[in-house]
Amino acid sequence: MKVLVQDQDFDIAAEINELCGGRTDIGAIVTFTGLVRDFHGDNKIRQMTLEHFPGMAEKQLEAICKTASERWPLQGGTVIHRYGPLDPGNQIVLVITLSAHREAAFEAAEFIMDWLKTDAPFWKKEQTAEGTHWVEAKTEDDQRKDRWKI
Amino acid sequence: MEIFYFARIREDIGHSSETVNLPENISIVNGLIEYLCERGENYQTAFKNDAAIRVAVNQTYVNFDHPVQDGDEVAFFPPMTGG
Repeated sequence: MKVLVQDQDFDIAAEINELCGGRTDIGAIVTFTGLVRDFHGDNKIRQMTLEHFPGMAEKQLEAICKTASERWPLQGGTVIHRYGPLDPGNQIVLVITLSAHREAAFEAAEFIMDWLKTDAPFWKKEQTAEGTHWVEAKTEDDQRKDRWKI
Repeated sequence: MEIFYFARIREDIGHSSETVNLPENISIVNGLIEYLCERGENYQTAFKNDAAIRVAVNQTYVNFDHPVQDGDEVAFFPPMTGG
């Protein structure tokens, strides 16, 4: 699977085309795109900054993709995670999984996202009218990861 | 030893990396944290809550009792919030 950590935006259609162009053996494409919301609870978000650990971020995403590829019969995929300043509505993360049948593609995409949330070294900082603050890690995210039992 | 700090911990300490000559009597992550905390209040603030700290040695997640030695690359950061 292809893994990219970048500050630039990504084009979902172009990424799908790169994976599938000319292939006729693929039965299912699942994509997940994470976006910057303009609210967090009652707070209005003006901007978000994503910090990452260069090198380790790529390494962790590659490890998560490798685990997914060993667990499900995937025919390919892509994970792109952005860093730097982002505005509400901007794309943050893209996961694409390909398989012959939908179940593997759905499950692998969800697995990759659940693991990425807790295991890939990225940190979100939100800017609101009241100031800036680091986003707290959520215990629900740990629980979502743990249900995959790896 | 190279030490890297990210996110809240980087801001508390005031810089993103530093080179430390590891004293011979320090052999695990916990000892390194105690040693760093002797450097000032900014370090004590950064490391005051164990539950809010994650550590990687040579880009692998480890526990606080993991061995450290000179030449290692150690990184301290809060729990991850990407995605």
